[in-house]
Amino acid sequence: MGNQIPMSALETGQLARVIGFTDELTSLKLLEMGLLPGEQVQLERWAPMGCPVLINLASSQLSLRKEEADSVLVESVDHA
Amino acid sequence: MPEESKIWNIALAGNPNTGKSSLFNHLTGLHQKIANFPGVTVEKKTGFWKTKSRGNVKLMDLPGTYSLYPKSNEERVVADVLLGEFNQPIPEVIVYVADASNLQRNLLLFSQIADLGFPMVLLLNMGDIAKENGISVNLSKLEQSLEIPVLAVNARNGSGLENLEKAVQRAERVKKPFYFIDNDDEKKMDYGQLLKWHLNPETLKNKQIGVPSATLQARETIARYASLRTLIEPVVEKEPIQADPFSRKIDAWVTHKVWGYVLFSLLMLLVFQAIFSWASFPMDLIDSGISGLSTTLKQNLPQHWLTNLLTDGIIAGFGGILVFIPQIALLFFFVSLLEESGYMARVMFIMDKLMRRFGLNGKSIVPMISGVACAVPAIMSARGIENQRDRLITIMVTPLISCSARIPVFTVLVALAVPSIKIFGILNLQGLVFMSLYLLGVIGAVGAAWVFKKILPQGEKSYFIMEFPTYKWPKPSNVLITIYMRVRSFVVEAGKVILAISIVLWFLSAYGPGDSMDEAGEKAVIEAANKSLNKEESANLVASRRMEVSFAGEVGKFMEPAIKPLGFDWKIGIALLTSFAAREVFVGTMATLYAVGDADASTDTLLERLKKEVNPDTGIPTFTLPVALSLVIFYVFAMQCMSTIAVVYRETGGWKWPLVQLAYMSVLAYIGSWIVYNLFS
Repeated sequence: MGNQIPMSALETGQLARVIGFTDELTSLKLLEMGLLPGEQVQLERWAPMGCPVLINLASSQLSLRKEEADSVLVESVDHA
Repeated sequence: MPEESKIWNIALAGNPNTGKSSLFNHLTGLHQKIANFPGVTVEKKTGFWKTKSRGNVKLMDLPGTYSLYPKSNEERVVADVLLGEFNQPIPEVIVYVADASNLQRNLLLFSQIADLGFPMVLLLNMGDIAKENGISVNLSKLEQSLEIPVLAVNARNGSGLENLEKAVQRAERVKKPFYFIDNDDEKKMDYGQLLKWHLNPETLKNKQIGVPSATLQARETIARYASLRTLIEPVVEKEPIQADPFSRKIDAWVTHKVWGYVLFSLLMLLVFQAIFSWASFPMDLIDSGISGLSTTLKQNLPQHWLTNLLTDGIIAGFGGILVFIPQIALLFFFVSLLEESGYMARVMFIMDKLMRRFGLNGKSIVPMISGVACAVPAIMSARGIENQRDRLITIMVTPLISCSARIPVFTVLVALAVPSIKIFGILNLQGLVFMSLYLLGVIGAVGAAWVFKKILPQGEKSYFIMEFPTYKWPKPSNVLITIYMRVRSFVVEAGKVILAISIVLWFLSAYGPGDSMDEAGEKAVIEAANKSLNKEESANLVASRRMEVSFAGEVGKFMEPAIKPLGFDWKIGIALLTSFAAREVFVGTMATLYAVGDADASTDTLLERLKKEVNPDTGIPTFTLPVALSLVIFYVFAMQCMSTIAVVYRETGGWKWPLVQLAYMSVLAYIGSWIVYNLFS
């Protein structure tokens, strides 16, 4: 088991797996948009001013703000 | 044929960016209309689909959402339509559009609608993306497990839709539920009841659901994904692993910290260039066509008040509507290209942080850009902003962005106030001032947004979770339909207000108390004879003298004490009043008041005349630099547009916000003008 960190703490390009959420209301929206526990995510890039952040999911890309990315807990996975 | 039209009331449902609207356009063409759902400003798109067996079938394009649980008005509307909360028939068949490249996420909403018990047809949009990613979906297997018709379609060219009619005839309920409620009490509810409880947890407390609504929703969503996984696994052959590499390469440039903003600025420059210069040709045609028609009618119809009502009231009003169409069409040509291609989402991504500092959000960018053409469609496009507070602030500040109706006003006043000299040999000073006026509007809008952010209570949480659509080539027919629908809704929404106001204003300026106007007209004829003016000049003088004593003139004189501190006299007061229909009427009114005749309104004749105008009491010129500057600042900030007030009333559902907006913009205009007038006096 890797360390649990907020998704916003990932390095650019780093792969991780979603563990859970710290904000219930935000999690509802994220779940509906396909960001599920167990899914693999990758931090694609930050917007020029440091927010929002672009996240790669298996078959889509999501843009979310820093505080929204803070509420997603992930564990780092090694490059497959 | 009541028998035949009985079953065919169909709704299209699906996630955003799935090609659903393209399919709707394929099926209905221009036989569609946009209205609002009752009580909310969510666009209700309905249309007619021509079928072989049933004739014209009613089709509704439900807003694209990710689930039935409302986090925005759009989602609320979808749930309400399906639960029959609006006083209209519940759709009998749901045609669900899913993007084959992301089937699991796309089917979440499908599973919710299926559990409500609707007969359904599933359309899988196999765009180029699914093919490129090497996904293949086994349609017959999917059809077998769901026991409903499943069709592969291509939203770009509409292929596959030829089989839709037969499929709708075979539409079935999905028998096996996707989600079981495992709690004993909750088991007594069917999914429709459960959904109703989620929509309104307070009123249905007696149902004794042990868990909070949000917790249950999260549990449900995860359970649904689990059952969808078992459905999809044997059906989809290959899952794509990464986002489209081509898209990612473009994104590296488009969202770059330097090149991203450079590209956006260049595109905006192109849009403004188009709105200002390319649109002027059709606008001039409309202008001269309208005044030609007016003159012809005046010459050939008997002299009667009805003729004047027709030419100066109704036709002038129609002219005021038509003249905006070229700019609005061009604007939405660009906006829909930017949206359809997927670029607009990238703009929102790089602008969100900046816009947020001022109480706006990334999605405010579309209304703010559109405001350059006209505030009316711009304010309507603020519907895309889910957060109600951000949306309200966007609506409140958009009219400060200088719209195209201000251009003729600025043109005359800047030419009046600023000498046409070159600075540094290339920059025209007038052009520079013109640009500063636009900048001032933007600064005003951003500043006002910041103040609203401080004042308005923080409402619901502001989200900015957005799917990045993959890049695609815009579809010409979608772009054309967007332009057509936008122009049409402008003509209907703003048109009726402009027309009504111009008739009222015609009355105010064509009539006066008692015989005052006829007397003034007779005196003007004598005055013209004494000055030995030619026929046209004397007609212009008569028109001017008559307007001075009309009801509009009375109002102008009544207003004078209030606007005197800004350097305005009562004649300018009349022009301020008449330009309430649309700002550009200012120029026409000034032309009448200063007896240059409408035909010369935008030419140098008016300028020459205004420069010569002398205040009879003081003997100094009326249009000094401070007055012209003060007036131009007034037009930068003042609301001065009845159609905008009407559309804000409609979009915010009451009089509170349009009145607040009118008040704050008027105060801003007054103070701005006063400062400028006193600074330069």
